[in-house]
Amino acid sequence: MIPVTSVKTLPEAYALLQARPPGLRVLAGGTDLMVAINARVGLDRIGHVLDIWNVRELRGIALQDNFLRIGALTTYTEIIHSTLVNTQLPALAAVSREVGAWAIQNRGTLGGNVCNASPAGDTLPLLLAADARFLLGGPRGERTVVAEEFFLAYRKTALGADELLLRVDFPLPDAARLAYRKVGTRRAQSISKTLIAVRATPGLREVRIAAGCVAPIPLRCRRAEQAAMSGGDVRAALQLDISPINDIRSTIEYRRLVSANVLLQLLKNMGTPYSLPGRP
Amino acid sequence: MRLELRINGSVRSLEVEPLKRLLDVLREDLILTGTKEGCGEGECGACAVLLDGQLVNSCLVAVCQAAGASVVTIEGLSSSALTPLQRSFVECGGAQCGICTPGMIVAGQCFLDSGAAATDEAVREAIAGNLCRCTGYTKIVESIQHAARETR
Ligand SMILES: Cc1cc2nc3c(=O)[nH]c(=O)nc-3n(C[C@H](O)[C@H](O)[C@H](O)COP(=O)(O)OP(=O)(O)OC[C@H]3O[C@@H](n4cnc5c(N)ncnc54)[C@H](O)[C@@H]3O)c2cc1C
Ligand code: FES
Ligand code: FES
Repeated sequence: MIPVTSVKTLPEAYALLQARPPGLRVLAGGTDLMVAINARVGLDRIGHVLDIWNVRELRGIALQDNFLRIGALTTYTEIIHSTLVNTQLPALAAVSREVGAWAIQNRGTLGGNVCNASPAGDTLPLLLAADARFLLGGPRGERTVVAEEFFLAYRKTALGADELLLRVDFPLPDAARLAYRKVGTRRAQSISKTLIAVRATPGLREVRIAAGCVAPIPLRCRRAEQAAMSGGDVRAALQLDISPINDIRSTIEYRRLVSANVLLQLLKNMGTPYSLPGRP
Repeated sequence: MRLELRINGSVRSLEVEPLKRLLDVLREDLILTGTKEGCGEGECGACAVLLDGQLVNSCLVAVCQAAGASVVTIEGLSSSALTPLQRSFVECGGAQCGICTPGMIVAGQCFLDSGAAATDEAVREAIAGNLCRCTGYTKIVESIQHAARETR
């Protein structure tokens, strides 16, 4: 039997993190971890579970110093219904509505999506494009890591073994607009085949582009960004950024073609000279 | 661990493994077998229940996370007669084999309680996490819309 410690406050959580029982795993909404536990995947590596679901301090959405601050335990449902998110960062509310379906949105958390660090995590390209910062905390103190430096390799992150993700902070630059498009098999309850997010200022002076499902990590696409800012060939540049694979959800060819089309469509929708070529 | 659950209005004290799925506690410890298991991985909604009033898939909830919370299962939606939504499923042919039905009805009740207009689009979004292998969904959507007309 795997022991569980359910905590209500950060100091209680930090006390357990400091003791470092072997195989410690954090449990938030459980929509990723319980799936793995039910399937008995990696069960032998779980020695102790730290249940943080009831840590109030880790919930909530606030606007402060031109940052939108979202607690790690904030659920998709809370994000979808937040007036602040809908006015300040509507793309995040929209993508949350596309995660799973109601029952998943009621339990799944933003922090769980980040720490699970799947290349198919739907919010992650948006966090990269939005230049989000992650506040991490543990018995040794707190530190901030920018999204781009958090995802290190396939499902490997900068989170220390004795750290929790506490909060995600989104800068809100006046002129920039964040847009994304998810491509999945159906509208609800489907893991993406590709997902592209773009944050751009008018005239494409500053552009950040990120993609999901097309590399081992959620990927910032720097070549595509450079191309977009210089009016270059975005399609070709994106192909150099991404390295998709064949899997049960899609193929290399499909992901390359559709990722580029979606990127061009997003840039077009932002009122730029980019457009989608007609069908061949 | 020892914990208390408020199940369908009455408090029950249980000795359970903390990571046992709420689904298994309902079916095995409490003999509330109305809640079904379809996939065991959050995809199908057959195990849907209300946890503190929110729709959740009980196969993804570790019972320790439900300690002290209130759980409503299909058995608890009504104490005697069928609810208007259940009657609608009967009248409109919303159930065939019945495996998805408890989850559909719990999700459908959530939708009705939300007060949202029962457009096709809205109803389909509300039950998007519930899979049905029999009906083709149309009659389920009609059942929920029928109940919405009857009760509002
Ligand atoms: C049916 C179904 C549909 C889904 N659909 C989608 C989808 O469309 N798009 C999508 O992106 N995802 C989807 N998911 C995956 C999942 O719902 C999300 O990734 C969700 O955000 C995970 O959050 P959680 O709180 O449930 O995480 P948990 O399962 O509790 O945790 C996930 C991982 O993160 C760690 N962790 C969680 N919180 C913290 C924290 N604060 N600090 C440190 N570590 C932490 C845990 O240790 C664990 O390793 C789906 C899952 C299911 C079952
Ligand atoms: S059995 Fe829980 S969602 Fe399928
Ligand atoms: S009635 Fe058989 S699965 Fe829906």
